[in-house]
Amino acid sequence: MNSAEWQIVGFSALMAVVSTALILPPGVALAWFLARRQWRGKAIVETLTALPLVLPPVVTGLVLLKLFGRRGPIGAWLYHQFNMDVVFTWRAVVLALAVMSFPLLVRTLRTAIEEVNPALEQIARTLGASEWRVFFTVTLPLARRGLFAGTLLAFARTLGEFGATITVAGNIPGETTTLSVAIYQYIQLGQDARVWPLVGISLALAFTAVWLSERLQRKRK
Amino acid sequence: MSSSTPVSLHANFVKRFTDGPTVRVDDLRVGGSSFHVTVLFGASGAGKTTILRCLAGLERPQEGFIRFGDESWLETAQGVFMPPRKRNVGFVPQDYALFPHLSVEQNIAFGLRGLPASEKRSRLADAMRWLALNGLEARLPQELSGGQQQRVALARAVVRQPRLLLLDEPLSALDTPTRQRLRGELRSLLAQLGLPTILVTHDRLEAAALGDQIVVMDNGQVLQSGSVADVFNRPGSLATARIVGTDTVLTCEVVNVSDGLATLSVGTSKLTALAEELPTGTRQVHVCIRAEDVILTRDTDSHASPRNQLRVTVRSLAHEGPLVRIELDCGFPLKALLTRQACAELELKEGCPVTAMIKAPQIHLISHSVAERQT
Repeated sequence: MNSAEWQIVGFSALMAVVSTALILPPGVALAWFLARRQWRGKAIVETLTALPLVLPPVVTGLVLLKLFGRRGPIGAWLYHQFNMDVVFTWRAVVLALAVMSFPLLVRTLRTAIEEVNPALEQIARTLGASEWRVFFTVTLPLARRGLFAGTLLAFARTLGEFGATITVAGNIPGETTTLSVAIYQYIQLGQDARVWPLVGISLALAFTAVWLSERLQRKRK
Repeated sequence: MSSSTPVSLHANFVKRFTDGPTVRVDDLRVGGSSFHVTVLFGASGAGKTTILRCLAGLERPQEGFIRFGDESWLETAQGVFMPPRKRNVGFVPQDYALFPHLSVEQNIAFGLRGLPASEKRSRLADAMRWLALNGLEARLPQELSGGQQQRVALARAVVRQPRLLLLDEPLSALDTPTRQRLRGELRSLLAQLGLPTILVTHDRLEAAALGDQIVVMDNGQVLQSGSVADVFNRPGSLATARIVGTDTVLTCEVVNVSDGLATLSVGTSKLTALAEELPTGTRQVHVCIRAEDVILTRDTDSHASPRNQLRVTVRSLAHEGPLVRIELDCGFPLKALLTRQACAELELKEGCPVTAMIKAPQIHLISHSVAERQT
């Protein structure tokens, strides 16, 4: 593997870490709201969150492209306020990975929170704990396996993301090319010798993440 | 200011569940800031736990009020609802709800946040010593026996020095021998705390052993409330009588204990019972006699084996299927349950005198420690 290929591996790993870190706070909050509260529009938010799981990734990428492009509603605002471009930059890679992996985190964590006995949270309240303290000292510690498993699943999902990324971030060598995009490109060019090391790396990463995640979820039972 | 005991808790509310029962509390009053156990008594599903949860703030009634001292915990008319964390009530649920991820020490200290470290340490040490939990500090709840779990839950609730203690079926999760042992211990532990306590149970012996005041519940409603003796011996309605059962419950003075037998005095009568369940030095006990253990005879046979032979008068007869429930008067109210046949052979009528016989082992003693004597 040459330095360009190592750059691709490093870039992909960095993007995966950044996007996973980025979805954690909103993911944890949404999982809690879905598990523990009844509110208007809950069903709609639930559906919207799950949508990237079932939509063709290219479609999700296209929606993001239209929203975050310089003429899109969010993209235009970002450009005028912060002079920031999103599409076809590394930011678009993070965006695509985050949107695609968000449902996996939320769904796993939500199930874990629902399994926490509400009587324990209620007892904590009678012992003087605020809602924040109940969450951080009772709910989250008891749902920790779900949190780890969901985070790992989301992380693994980002490593495999292809369709949304290439649509919204393109394939700019050294700037937006990720592992899976590079693999696709090498296959297209018939460069099998360059494909296999990358395939091995993604296989190893994905295997480790899914295996750990499964183990964590099983132990909960 | 009234000279009688001040009422600390006054509740009057209705809690409705969608697709479920309605629980109604009319004028529940729990007096004083000192030791006093109110027992909510009734079958499961009667609404007892719901009342505790409403008092703790874990359920929000649709109508009514809950007042504690000069605080309003709930005033639905004004939209007032004080959240559970501000009520400072100690709540021990039926399954104890210990935090499974925290050690015994961390469980007990959970409610001590915000106190200075030295205060925290001393309260924790006091609670551990008081409930004999020393040596278990680092254990996780799942490594404890049922009785230990119960004590941890109690410690966790009381280290905060709550103003009111709520116990939901405190003994029901325990095996029978432990339950019998703790029934006696629990009341003296509560007496040492000196807190007004509301306790839920469906067990008659538990109600009699632990309570000062009994509130009988059925179907989401309060049927009757009063002292232990009042409720068990003078049920105000058939419904209450059905719930409290056909047992006779009496408060007796212990006159003498010798040779393993206790002599008890109630009214003008004397009773003899086995003293083995009686802690030494007990002055006052509750006596529980099952109606089916009372034998009636027309003869005054001084050679019969039962230790207790009482001259009684039949007060009333009530037919219940093949059985007849008989209310007797022998200076105290006594209940007997006979078959119709036996009743006919004895020619029992209201007002006729008979002899009631009860074997000593069939008189169950429930020691009832008196709070004021405790230090």
